Amino acid sequence: MKDAPPFLQLEGIVKRFPGVVALNGVSLEVRAGETHALLGENGAGKSTLIKTIAGVYHPDAGEIRLDGRPARIRNPHDAQALGISTIYQEFTLAPDMSVAENIFLGREPLLIRALSIVDRRELIRRTRDVLTSLDLQIDPEATVRHLGVAQQQMVEIAKALSLDARLIIMDEPTATLTSHEIDRLFETIGRLEQRGVAVIYVSHRLEEVKAIAGRATILRDGTYVATVPVASTTIDEMIRLMVGRDLKEKFPKVKVAPGDEVLRVEHLTRNGILHDISFSVRRGEIVGIAGLVGSKRTETARAIFGADPIDGGRIFLHGREMTARTPADAIRHRIALVPEDRKRHGIFACLSVHDNVVLSGLRQFSRRGLLDVRRARQRAQEFVSSLRVATPDLDKWARDLSGGNQQKVVIAKWLNTNAELFLFDEPTRGIDVGGKIEVYRLMGELVSRGAAIVMISSELPEILGMSDRILVMRDGRICGEFDRADATEEGILNCALRGAA
Amino acid sequence: MPAVIVALAVVFGSINPNFWSATNLANVSRQISILALLSLGQTFAILSGGIDLSVGSLLALVSVVCAQQMKAQGLVEGITAGVLAGGLAGLVNGLIIARARVPPFIATLGMLVAARGAALTLSGGLPIAGLPREFLVIGAGYIGPFPIPTVVAVAAFVLAHVILSRTRFGRYVYAMGSNEEAAVLSGINVANYKMLVYVTSGLFAGIAGVILTARVISGQPTLGEVQELYSIAAVVIGGGRITGGVGGIGTTLMGVLVLGILGNGLNLVQVSSYVQNIVIGAIIVGAVWIDLARERRR
Repeated sequence: MKDAPPFLQLEGIVKRFPGVVALNGVSLEVRAGETHALLGENGAGKSTLIKTIAGVYHPDAGEIRLDGRPARIRNPHDAQALGISTIYQEFTLAPDMSVAENIFLGREPLLIRALSIVDRRELIRRTRDVLTSLDLQIDPEATVRHLGVAQQQMVEIAKALSLDARLIIMDEPTATLTSHEIDRLFETIGRLEQRGVAVIYVSHRLEEVKAIAGRATILRDGTYVATVPVASTTIDEMIRLMVGRDLKEKFPKVKVAPGDEVLRVEHLTRNGILHDISFSVRRGEIVGIAGLVGSKRTETARAIFGADPIDGGRIFLHGREMTARTPADAIRHRIALVPEDRKRHGIFACLSVHDNVVLSGLRQFSRRGLLDVRRARQRAQEFVSSLRVATPDLDKWARDLSGGNQQKVVIAKWLNTNAELFLFDEPTRGIDVGGKIEVYRLMGELVSRGAAIVMISSELPEILGMSDRILVMRDGRICGEFDRADATEEGILNCALRGAA
Repeated sequence: MPAVIVALAVVFGSINPNFWSATNLANVSRQISILALLSLGQTFAILSGGIDLSVGSLLALVSVVCAQQMKAQGLVEGITAGVLAGGLAGLVNGLIIARARVPPFIATLGMLVAARGAALTLSGGLPIAGLPREFLVIGAGYIGPFPIPTVVAVAAFVLAHVILSRTRFGRYVYAMGSNEEAAVLSGINVANYKMLVYVTSGLFAGIAGVILTARVISGQPTLGEVQELYSIAAVVIGGGRITGGVGGIGTTLMGVLVLGILGNGLNLVQVSSYVQNIVIGAIIVGAVWIDLARERRR
């Protein structure tokens, strides 16, 4: 076994798209039973690489070997037959079918072959076998829609195993999981390793990579940089390999003397969801809100922004109560919401960068009902330049920008409405390391100009690095408050998990 | 797409030189003016992420209302009543879609059936003849060398273009169609603007209905069958996206021209109308297929 060739070997893979070389001579080697991290900034070529392995793309040059023998992966079906399964960020389960039906979709055990009648009992039995082998407590007959995200992911893994997968590719598997669920995922990955299944683990979260991966391969701008043993490589070193330069500060924190109170929330309540939430934010201040996924932080921001109804409590802006309760009212009161799910709530994917930037503030360009198109364009150009949005021109579709640049476009939209209070919900989710720092710098510029920021984040280093004050939420309540000076990861976690400061 | 239109014109022109005659060109433009007006309204509906299946039936309802009011009250009153009937039906569509939140496909499908029923009920199922002579001018008259329906359609295109590109309403139509949830969170009153979309579509159908009534010189409760489908085809053939957010007056104009020139040209080269339908059907699917293939390659 020692001398057996690695399960998967890629050599000199080249993949070109019109106008870009997405992969330029990339190599990768994954051994059986190994969890191999794939690292790189957005646009480094990780997605293209995993899609090449999964048979979605065909390399223009280079070789793929499985068990040492050259392999041709013509389509995802081929990949599956060769023992390669991929779990994408967006799951491919049929939400209205049962767990069992999903796991054996297209391969159902049949009772009467000629009539394609499914042997339900056998189906359930086999499903239970697969689930037990992973030590998962999921009802085979449950409807997938009613499972949580973490459990749906486990169903995907079980499905891959039932296909006799020898390599499972996981694309940002922890993006939507709570820390407890992440632990469960890692246990499952451990079990996969024991069975000799290889895992390619794609993630921006380097702490997780440290915890779970054996080796890591780093890509930059479509080229292979290095493969390193994770245990003996520090996170800073990994970052340096990813960005190709030293990052002096991960969190460029700007200290601003706080000014007048901008927002005060008193006893905000939404039945069954938010309970008696009170806090305030002053000019120049960044107030971080930490907590587990599901602690209702997003709901708090949406309630303040008027996107969700409230059942009680009051919201004051500059000391005056805000009574009107729609997003349009909030915007008029100079509140901005940079939402967590950029694709769904933030960006107009098939509208131009220009339209995305000016949309919320169109009123100011309106003269007797007609828009002053030239002035709107000028303004959009100003924001694109000052925020250093990397786009060839204003007419590029927003969906063609990287995550970090999309986020800048969303922020530009709110600068154009003269927002003074920014509610940032997971501002750096899905953004690469370099892009994150750009977003942090922007936050610094905003507070320097007298804006107030509420920042919801699940990444504790981000919370600790950027906030002046930290609120911790749990089950729709604020359960603790820390000053920048005396906040620690342990303290915040303790509070978020147990509800005690 | 412009290349396709030129190619079609060249081919038809070389087979039958009559294609290029002033009379024929005037005819084509007059014929397609009705479809053009309906497609304009449809463009608003589809761009906003919805659809308006009722525009064909609205032609009939508008025609009957227009003819009845014209006979009862006079020329101007009849025209006004016709256009308003379209707008009112659009308002009902809009209320059902924006306030009751019934999906546009279903709401306007209901209106498709109901408006036809209303047209038949009001007219007793019979054409309404005996309209004033002056009214004929709208359908058959000219301004200079241009047929009046053509002039109206061109004016409507310019107006729609200005609305879509130069007003807040227009830009919000794109935003809603691109991402409705993000539109709400960007402070756009989506419900109100949706209503406005269907009122706009209804008003364009109203104008189209009045012109069509003038061309057939009577109120007809059976006008406009399947025209809603041709208007949808016109929007998507040119490159408008069926799910909204992408497209505009330019692409719709292309679609209308392709359908119009094709219909006229195939007639001139004596392809039977049965076969014409097969060709048009294939073109609708083919055009969208090419468009999607191109987008996938981006």
